[in-house]
Amino acid sequence: MTDKTTAPATIDFMADTRPIAEGEAGPGCRKRDPILTVRHVTRRFGGINAVDVDFLEIPRHKITALIGPNGAGKTTLFNLLTGFDQPNSGEWTFDGHPLAGVASYKVARLGMVRTFQLTKVMGKLTVLENMRLGAADQPGERLSAALFKNLWGRREKEITAQAEVLLEKFKLDAKRNDYAASLSGGQRKLLEMARALMARPKLVMLDEPMAGVNPALTQSLLDHIKNLKAEGMTVLFVEHDMQVVRHIADWVVVMAEGKVVAEGPPADVMKDQAVIDAYLGAHHDVDLGDTEGLKELEAELAQDQASVVGTEDEGILGHHIAERDGRRDEAAGGTAGRKDQG
Amino acid sequence: MDFLNILNGALGEIISPTTAAYGLAALGLAVHFGYTGLLNFGQAGFMAMGAYGFAISTLTFNAPFWVAVLVALVCSVVFAFLLGIPTLRLRADYLAIVTIAAAEIARYVVTTNRLTDVTGSAGGLNGFTNGFYALNPFPEGRYDLGFVALSHRDLWVRVTAWALVALCCVLVLLLMRSPWGRVLKGIREDENAVRSLGKNVYAYKMQALVIGGILGTLAGILFTLPRSSVQPANYGTELTFFLWTCLLLGGMATVLGPVLGAMIFWVVLSLTQGLLYGAIESGIITFITTTQAGQLRYIMVGIALMLLMIFRPQGVLGNKRELAFT
Ligand SMILES: Nc1ncnc2c1ncn2[C@@H]1O[C@H](COP(=O)(O)OP(=O)(O)O)[C@@H](O)[C@H]1O
Ligand SMILES: [Mg+2]
Repeated sequence: MTDKTTAPATIDFMADTRPIAEGEAGPGCRKRDPILTVRHVTRRFGGINAVDVDFLEIPRHKITALIGPNGAGKTTLFNLLTGFDQPNSGEWTFDGHPLAGVASYKVARLGMVRTFQLTKVMGKLTVLENMRLGAADQPGERLSAALFKNLWGRREKEITAQAEVLLEKFKLDAKRNDYAASLSGGQRKLLEMARALMARPKLVMLDEPMAGVNPALTQSLLDHIKNLKAEGMTVLFVEHDMQVVRHIADWVVVMAEGKVVAEGPPADVMKDQAVIDAYLGAHHDVDLGDTEGLKELEAELAQDQASVVGTEDEGILGHHIAERDGRRDEAAGGTAGRKDQG
Repeated sequence: MDFLNILNGALGEIISPTTAAYGLAALGLAVHFGYTGLLNFGQAGFMAMGAYGFAISTLTFNAPFWVAVLVALVCSVVFAFLLGIPTLRLRADYLAIVTIAAAEIARYVVTTNRLTDVTGSAGGLNGFTNGFYALNPFPEGRYDLGFVALSHRDLWVRVTAWALVALCCVLVLLLMRSPWGRVLKGIREDENAVRSLGKNVYAYKMQALVIGGILGTLAGILFTLPRSSVQPANYGTELTFFLWTCLLLGGMATVLGPVLGAMIFWVVLSLTQGLLYGAIESGIITFITTTQAGQLRYIMVGIALMLLMIFRPQGVLGNKRELAFT
């Protein structure tokens, strides 16, 4: 990973520790700086209310985790917000734009790009072509310009360069000329995420980005997600693994049976009785922050320095950072590390 | 049996304008299905738009050649919009159903007796190609190409047909290598993924439908030129399926594949016809008549297609890797 693509951010989004909520945290609480505001969005399938969200705001420049048991309505909410499904009622605004009834491709063009729980890569296109497809503003994608390479050749070079940088970051550069269908499940998740970033979105919505990913790749995926925040993007992601959520999320939204049942910083949410009842009642094996689980997590994280430094997890895991500080160097530092020093 | 004659006949098929028309229409299907994933089972309808649009504007409205061509193309675009507007937002199979029905409707409409003055009904239309042959730059005479000797009219229609095929192949090739073509291929693979990347999938599908349809329409005009007649019976569903056969033979997501497929299709038909008829006439085969042999040819094409699907499912020019994972 290099700093090449990291925009010379004037604001250090990683170090911003101002409170996220305006006032007390709780289901449907207002945020200091929301990028996405959802009001009364409902979606029924037959008799069941798959989504019934009264009020929800997603904080800008933060990583928000959306958790909840299977069937809670997380994917359906993603589909509704991005125009892939139509709600029975409700409205929502993204960055000031009302989005109800807006076509999915227009939503993406506004800077709200999503990935899918069931990964969607274009199997019979190469990895590089998949990436190029993600780019915005390619005049050659218009039929009127397609025949004239002089009109789009330069932009194509820029896009290719941007794709190469991202592929390198996501460790897919060796696969650039392979068909995407030949990638492993985890690599496809990586490709889908990298492709979504080609359009330089403001809000990235990832539906279970870690699902089915080889554990060896999980750590680097987490780093990528945190880097997105460092680069000024807002992230909303669905995840089941509590350790992952605690590790990278600034804010956690809990859904159950279509409703938002709890919200707050990860550490608080995991203590919430409503969450334990709604979400974790069925998952006795999930560790809820007992010291044993925490130690395991720390051991895991210690393998990767860049993933620890400069995040808000420092509060929980910070005592390791000092020990490693001496060893931290350019090679392993990565984006997060340098931000931390700066 | 005159093997040399049979072989010459087969070679003649390779450059025949009908082969060119089949190749061009199959290229349209490649744009539809091979590149965009649109299931068009009504390419015969697009060809009919070309044939009738051209013939009717020439005969009924005395339109000059180029105006007649333009009218045919406009008909084709309108036809594509009629098919596309209600179906392209739906799943792929809806387009398939609507196209097959629309092509049949078009055929029945031109066959109705009430329209005999305009469409010629079941008898079709004749004698509308003077404008085309008036453009012929070749002086009168016979032109010997070695395996066939052509009249100046035959030569002119062949040169035009293959020049048009070559031009269309180049255009399609350039389009498919452009970012626009990349979006089409993305839609073929997963249209929701393409939507999530901010592309107006509906508009791209419509553009592809129109372009592939225009290729079919040009093919429809080409098809009528050597015959100087339009017969509604020629535009039935079997024409569409012959075109699909050409496409599958040659390779779906290729530019030259459909053209090569059309050549193979007609060469196989011609060879089997020559050999079977020869064998029957010389008494080698006694258990079938020449009429039955005519049917048998298409069975042979079917067998050739089956063998191809078994041993080379990607078609002659297709990329094996593109088929390896589906
Ligand atoms: N297309 C659909 N048709 C009918 N029911 C659906 C459909 N999509 C989702 N559901 C139902 O809506 C509920 C929420 O599903 P989903 O959003 O996929 O949950 P999650 O992503 O939180 O696991 C589930 O009960 C599911 O069965
Ligand atoms: Mg889901």
